[in-house]
Order: sequence, then C-alpha cells, then structure tokens
Amino acid sequence: MDSNTLYYSLDLVSGSGLTLSSEQKAALQTSLVILKRNNKFNRILFWGKILGIKGDYFIAQGVSEDEMTDKKSLYSFNCVDWHLLPPATEAMLAEVSAAAKGRFVGDPSHEYEHTEIRRQGEGDEAVEEEIMIKVKEEKRLASTVHTIDKEVSVVPRGAFIKSPHGLVQTNRSFEGLSSLEAGKLSCFLHFTEPQKLKKKSILEMADLNPSIDFLDPLSEDIPKGSWSLQFERGSTVCVIRSMLWLGLTFFHVPMTPQHGYIYMGDGLKNLDLPFML
Amino acid sequence: MESEGALNNQRELTSICFKAFMLKNSTKSNLNLYDHFARVLTKVMDERPENVVDVIEDMSREVKRGLLMDKQSTLRDIPLAPAAQLLAEQQRLLFSRGGGDDGDQEVETPLPNVSEVGFFLEQAGVGLGREEMLRVFLALKQLVDSQPLARCRLWGKILGTEGNYLVAEGEYRDGEEEEGINEETAEDAEGEPRDDDEEAEVVEVIDTLPRSTFKPPPVVPKEDNRTGVNKFTYFVCREPGLPWMRLPTVTPTQITAARNIRKFFTGRLDTPIVSYPPFPGNEANYLRAQIARISAGTQVSPLGFYQFGEEEGEEEEEGGRDSFEENPDFEGIPVPEMAESLSTWVHHVQHILQQGRCVWVNLAEKPEDDFEEEADEEGKEEADEPEPEVGPPLLTPLSEDAEITTTPPWSSKMSSTLISQFAIAVLRSNLWPGAYAYASGKKFENIYFGWGLKFAGEVYTPTVPSMPQREYTSGPEITEALDSSLEEEQALKAALEEQKAAQDETAGLGGDEEEEDDD
Repeated sequence: MDSNTLYYSLDLVSGSGLTLSSEQKAALQTSLVILKRNNKFNRILFWGKILGIKGDYFIAQGVSEDEMTDKKSLYSFNCVDWHLLPPATEAMLAEVSAAAKGRFVGDPSHEYEHTEIRRQGEGDEAVEEEIMIKVKEEKRLASTVHTIDKEVSVVPRGAFIKSPHGLVQTNRSFEGLSSLEAGKLSCFLHFTEPQKLKKKSILEMADLNPSIDFLDPLSEDIPKGSWSLQFERGSTVCVIRSMLWLGLTFFHVPMTPQHGYIYMGDGLKNLDLPFML
Repeated sequence: MESEGALNNQRELTSICFKAFMLKNSTKSNLNLYDHFARVLTKVMDERPENVVDVIEDMSREVKRGLLMDKQSTLRDIPLAPAAQLLAEQQRLLFSRGGGDDGDQEVETPLPNVSEVGFFLEQAGVGLGREEMLRVFLALKQLVDSQPLARCRLWGKILGTEGNYLVAEGEYRDGEEEEGINEETAEDAEGEPRDDDEEAEVVEVIDTLPRSTFKPPPVVPKEDNRTGVNKFTYFVCREPGLPWMRLPTVTPTQITAARNIRKFFTGRLDTPIVSYPPFPGNEANYLRAQIARISAGTQVSPLGFYQFGEEEGEEEEEGGRDSFEENPDFEGIPVPEMAESLSTWVHHVQHILQQGRCVWVNLAEKPEDDFEEEADEEGKEEADEPEPEVGPPLLTPLSEDAEITTTPPWSSKMSSTLISQFAIAVLRSNLWPGAYAYASGKKFENIYFGWGLKFAGEVYTPTVPSMPQREYTSGPEITEALDSSLEEEQALKAALEEQKAAQDETAGLGGDEEEEDDD
C-alpha cells in the first residue's frame, strides 16, 4: 500500500488481526520518505511483514517508471534501516523451492541446506554425487516476495492503464468501483503478466477495453473459492483475502480511488487449499 | 467595401450555419455538441487540471456520464445497499445506553477494562484497529447485559471465507445456566441392522438377512458443563451489533474428528462439514471444537498469577487438579525476563487428552446389564485394561511444550526496543498461528486472531478411506452348486428305477442302499 496513505489504510486491513504498533508506524512514515528520496523512486509502497521465528521482516517496495516491472524490494527489522533485496531470478526460485522448508527463521544469513543425490552417467557407470544446495534466507525472502506478487497481488479494474508504449501507469481518472461492482470478483485483476488473457476468444475480448483489461481477473482462478471477498466495517470497505497465501489482504473503498494490498503472514504457501474448501 | 462586407456576411452566415449544426440535438442522447463543449470548457476553467490536453477525453466522458446520472436520480432514489443499511441500524443500537445504567457503577462488572486491552494489543502489533475494537467491546457489553454471566472476555476472531466470527468466552453465574440448545447427535452405524430387520419382516423372507457383527467402539461420554473442555460457554456473532449466538458444548468425538480434518470456516453456523473422516456435526460444532483445542493449547498466564487452592492436601491420582484461583500476592515479573525465557509463562487451561476429554474415562468398564458378555470377557478384561492417558498437569510452564519438527512452539519478544522501560512482553504461538499473549507487570491477556487452523509443519495428507470389507464367510449354505444337466438327471432316474426294481426283487434281503449324491 502506498506510503502516503499508510496511516489510515492500515486500519482498513486490520480485520485480519495483524497491524503495526504505533512505534513502527511512526518509524515507517519517516524512513520511507528518506528511502524514496535516496533511491529516487517514483512511489514507495509498504509491502508488508513476514513473521519469522526469531524476528520479523518488514518489506517495502519502490516503484520507478513502469509500475509492474520496475520494482525493487527492501527489507528491514526495525523499520528504520533498510537493505536491498536481490532481484529474483529463475535460478534463485528453483534453488529456494528445493532447499528452503519450514518457517522463516528471522536471520538473513541463515542457510538452508538440502542434499540431493544425482546420478551422472548411465547404466553401470552411474556415479552418485551428493550435491548440497545451500540457500541463504535473504534469497528465500526475495523469491517469496516475488512469488507472492506474481500470484496474488490485486488491483481494481481501471486503476492502472497501459500506455501505447507498453508502460503500466496509474490511472489518474480512476474514481473507484461502485458498490455493485466491488462485490464481483471479476472487477479485480492480478497485477502481473497475464497468463490467460491471450487464450481468450475474440467474443470474450470484445467487451474488454485494451488499455484497462490487460490483466487476468481474479474470478478465473482455480480452484474457485481461493479468494474471500467481504465487506467490512459496516460495509464501507471491500476486503479481499487470499486463501492461497494466508495473510494477503487487499482493500478498496468503493467510489473512491483508495486501494492497496498488504501481506502480513509467515510467508508460506497454503498447499492444502484444495482439501480445505 | 462591398466585397468585404459580402465576405464578412458570408463568414457570418457560415458560422451561424455551423452553430446551428452544433446545436442540433443528437437523435440518440438528446445532447448537442455546442452545449457539451460549453460544459467541458467550463469544467476546465473551474478545475484547471495539469496537462489538460492529455486528459481532455476523460473529462469529456465524465461530463457526459454526469448528465445521465443526474437524470436518473430525479426519478428514484439510489438505494444504499440494504445489507449496509441494516448493519448500520444495528450498530447504532450499540451506542445507545441501556436502561438502568446509573446503578451499575457500584456493581462489579464482568467486563474487563476494554480500552486497556486494546491499547496493549496495539503495542504488540495485533488488533483490529481502534474503532473496530471499540465496536467489538460495545458488543461485548451488550452480551453481558443480555445474559447472566459472571465473567466475560473477548476470546478473539476467527476468519472465514464468506464471513468472520467474533468469539466471546463467558462463564455463567452459579445456577443460571440454561440448556437451551438441542444438540444433534450423529447417526451411528447401529441404524443399519435395525433397518435390515424391518425390511426382513415386511418381506417375510424365511432366511433372515445376515446380522452385521460390527460393533461401533463405545462413544466417549461428554464432559459436564463447567468442567474440563466445557468449562466456559462461547458466544459468536458475525459483526459487532448483530445478535450473539451461543455455541453448543463439545463432545470428545467432535474433538477427535476435528484433529483429523483441515477445513476453512465459511461464516455461517449451519454449514455442513463435508469431509473424510466424517465430522459429527455442522460448522457450529466444528467451530466449538477448534475453539476448545486452541484454548487448551495457547491460553497462558505469567508464572505465579494463578495458584492451586489450598483445600486439597494431597495430589489425587486421577485427573489431577483442575481448579485454580488468583494469587493475591502476585508481584509481577519484570518484562525482559518474561520476553526471554519461556518458563515464566504457564498454561492455565487443561490439556486435552487423546481421548478428547480433559479427564480420562475408562471405557473398558462394561455396564452392568450385559451379563453374558461379562462372562465371556472376564478373562480378557485384565489383559485389555487400557492405560490411563496422562497429559501435562495444569500450570505447567511453556518450556515443556513440544516442538513441531524443527520449529519452536512459541516466539517471544519485547514490543519495543526503543522505549524498553515501558515495553510489554509479547508471546506468539507457532503451533496455532494467530494466538498471542502479552504481559506487562500484573496485567496479561490472551487473544486469537486467525483462521482457526493448526500449523502442522508438513503438508496435510487426508485420511485414507478404510479397506472394503471382505466377502461374507463362505459356508455350505451359500456355496453355489451346479445345476445337473438333462442327461445326468435321466441317468439318475434310470439308476433309481433300477434300484427300486432291484429292491422289490430282493425285498427281504435289505441290502445297502447307496445314495448317490449329485455334486
């Protein structure tokens, strides 16, 4: 969520139970401004909090020109000193998924070890090699943040437009969804490269506006029911929670341009989802 | 001069024509271009936005949309979503003072100090936001006014897919409890043989249908109200302001079933739980079972806050102590100590045994009416005596808690490192994510905000369905026999006639008769 609106948006997502203490909020408001100026970001967002066993990580993201691809993530323990996270590559994602299991420890230099026995050669000449994969928690953090953004980041339809040059930018004339639209999951889109959009038939694409509808809507996610849409606070805020990554909360106040999402949880994907619905 | 005048006239004529053209109303929307441009330019003049030329199309569309909406609103009011309105009305009641409040200041109120709890929780980074917490506490006050409770406490909030539950824990005053709820019991497998008997009678079959030899394991009896798992009564509501509903008491079968399934809550108390192994009850029962498990696992207090009563001189062998009282001499443990070591915290809710109860019950004791079975099993009873299940006694420190694979069961920290003199100690459970406890001097509180699920450490594997039963035991009654063919029957008939003839001839001899069996 945008750091400018942090102080009131945090109340809107607190329905999940986790919030920030007043000390942390105050520290964030100061340090995010400094961070924005030092790194020359266009906008800076407070992404959320990942709970570890010994300590918690606070994550912030800075956005430059293109809202979708030009993102840099930073982490901190006390909301004052921030460190840059390495950008997540395919190789890093593969390493992390093989080696890192269980909860986050809370120490960025902690190493997860995983030994794999690989056979090289064929038949009788097979030689077994024990390959040890070591992954630092920092890399695990970077790939978790990247994966969560890729899988469950949410924006309302119309909030971002794609310019003819391909740049994704905020839509300044976005006035919010109406209360009726805010009750439908199809009006909310994943904020990442679309996967299902190109497979749509021309008939379906006829109703879409290419500058707004360049993302996948939430209603097409499998399994159905992996999103929970509710109106909270006396039906003034529309809150969407993900069941796949427990802890991701998106809020939108209908008829206003206020929207944002935050992740506050332990950073583990809920693989039991199909059994739980 | 004339030509100029004529030119001007022509220009004027053209411009008047063009203006007339612009004033022509569109057939579709009854607007005309002239008025529309006038409105758009007025808007630009009033608002003076940045980079107007980039956003002019959007502004034009806004103006058009604005016109249409105005026309609609003169015909009928745009209704506020009815759900929102109902909720707002009900929440308004929260803010009105009930009658008879004047005398309340002297009577001890069962509510805790609400704003203080909210404040401490906020320091710990947990909570619903200030206004929502206030609404929740007003709703608690409403509950206390409507039910005769001796004590009441906010237990927490459980999230669901379509709605959430706010849970309050209460203890009725002595003698005030009502048994209002009909608890539905699950249908046992014992229903089946009975049905078969009825069918058999109706059809009048000579062979009775085989009786099933399946005896379901004896049902563990439920604990009484105010003891063990059912010590407190729980109330839930969807949003503060909506009526509170009382949850039924929990049975041990429900607890053991809840341990084997993993399901999200939906937010409606009457949803059936479709799962394997089948859960005996609906969502209200499942919710109550999870609340019982969470309370047993995560309700903690500082060491020394509670102590055992002085009446029992010796430790009892069965069950252990299950009652405690507040220690009036409790001095409070310094916060840094509480945040560092887990042995300064103790559980104050009884552990739930494998059986699903807090106090173990011996199921091997048969009731006194089945004399036949007793005679058979006398020899077996001593051998099969199940071992009593023992759990950790009440008020054990948290350092004795077991780890889940490699994760420690609790994480603790101070709420603030900058102002550590006034910080509080915060404890977070890793076994039940969402359970928190804080302590500061003599004050402490437990709360739960989460989905109501346990952290298993590994991926959930559902129980495999049981193996299908073997076929019915084969015996002579049901083994198939081949029907004899025509030749064989004729041969048998011929053989019998021969024998009969032989018999008649040798009537007095009384030879052996051989009977040939057909197999």
